Amino acid sequence: MPSRPEFLAPPEFFYNEQEARKYTTSSRIIDIQAKLTERALELLALPDDGVPRLLLDIGCGSGLSGESLSESGNQWIGLDISQSMLDIALEREVDGDLLLADMGQGLGLRPGVFDGAISISAVQWLCNADKASNEPRLRLKAFFVSLYRCLARGARAVLQLYHENEAQLELITTSAMRAGFAGGVVVDYPHSTRAKKTFLVLTCGPPSISTSIPKAKGEDGESCSDESSDEENQTVGFSDRHRPRKKQKIHKKGKGRDWVLKKKEQMRKKGYAVPRDTKYTGRKRKARF
Amino acid sequence: MRLLTHNMLSSNIKGVSNGFPLRLEVEKFIEKEVEFNADFLRNMFPKIEWKALVDAAKTLGYADLPEEADPSLLDSDDFLKKYHHALLELHVEEGVLICPETGRKFPVNKGVPNMLLHEDEGFWRL
Repeated sequence: MPSRPEFLAPPEFFYNEQEARKYTTSSRIIDIQAKLTERALELLALPDDGVPRLLLDIGCGSGLSGESLSESGNQWIGLDISQSMLDIALEREVDGDLLLADMGQGLGLRPGVFDGAISISAVQWLCNADKASNEPRLRLKAFFVSLYRCLARGARAVLQLYHENEAQLELITTSAMRAGFAGGVVVDYPHSTRAKKTFLVLTCGPPSISTSIPKAKGEDGESCSDESSDEENQTVGFSDRHRPRKKQKIHKKGKGRDWVLKKKEQMRKKGYAVPRDTKYTGRKRKARF
Repeated sequence: MRLLTHNMLSSNIKGVSNGFPLRLEVEKFIEKEVEFNADFLRNMFPKIEWKALVDAAKTLGYADLPEEADPSLLDSDDFLKKYHHALLELHVEEGVLICPETGRKFPVNKGVPNMLLHEDEGFWRL
C-alpha cells in the first residue's frame, strides 16, 4: 500500500493523466466518493424545499462528487488544480461548470453567492509545502478567508478531509475559525480505521442554533455496511486519547508443561545440553513458595 | 463555462480591489439545452450582477435581456425564459477572461477557465 498521495507529489503533478484515469475508473473509489458526497450533502443541511441551490465543489477532480450533487438536483461549480482530472470531468460530461484554480491562492469568487460548499478529500493538500513559496498557514488562510467571503450568510461548508495527524487537523480547524467560521469536526465511525471519516462542518456567520455541529455516524455502535461487527463496544469519542484502550493480554495460566517440553525438544535438536524430562518438568510451584 | 459561472468569477490577483466583472472575449461558444427550473432562477436572481450578465450575453450575441431588471419581472414567463437561456444555456468554449484592473488574461480552454495565478500574483496576505 503506497503511503499518502500527499507525500508523493504536489496535486497538479500527482493527478496526472494516468492517475486521474485510475482514480475515475476504480469502482471502489467511485463508490466511496459517492458515499462521502451524499454524507456531505446531508451535513450541509440545505433547506428541504426542492429549490436547486448553487453549490461550490472544492477539489472537484473528475467530477465524481459533482455527479452526486447533480443527482440531488443542485447546480454546482467545481474547481480543481489538476488539468488531467478536469479533462476527465469534461470527458464524462458533468453538469457543473469547471474551473482550473488553486484553492490555496484564494478563491476568485464574488462575495455571498454560494448556498453551500463541499469538498471531498482535498483540503489536506493545503498543508503541503511543495514549493518554497507555499506556506501552508498562508494558503489555509487565503482559502478559508475567501471561502467565507463567497458563501452566503448562514451557508455551510462541509469539508471531508484525510488529515495526517491531529496537529494537522487542528491547524486546519484553527485556520477556519480565524476566518470567522463557526462549527467543528464531525467524525463518522471514530473507532474504525478504514471507515473513519472526518468532516469539517463550518457555518458562515456567528454561532447560533443553526451552527450547532451535527451528530456523527457510528458513534454509538451503529456500524457501516462494510465494517465487521466485532466492534460492538463503540463509545462516543473523538481523539485517540479517548479511545478505549485495548485490553492487555494476561496469561493467567502461564505457559504450561506442553510448552516447556516442546521448547526443551527444540533446544535439544539444536545441540544444547538440556536436562532430561522428569515428572518435575513444568510443574507448578506450591503456593507457599 | 456558463454565464452563471462568469457572473460569479472575479480576479483575485494581489492588489486588485475590484476584480469584477472579468471582461469576456469569446472565440467559440455553444448552446446546450438545460432543464428549466423557475425556482432556481428566482433563488439566484438577487445574487446575480445583472449588468454583468447582460454585457456578457451581448458579447455572445444574445441581446434579448432587458438592461434593467427588478424582482417584479420574475413573474413573467417570457423574462424567465430569456434569463434562463442567458444564464445556463450559453457556454463559452474558447476565449479569454480579462481582469478589469490589471488586464491580466485568463484563458478559457474547452470551457474551463484557467484561474491559476503566477507566484508573484498570488497570495493575498490579508
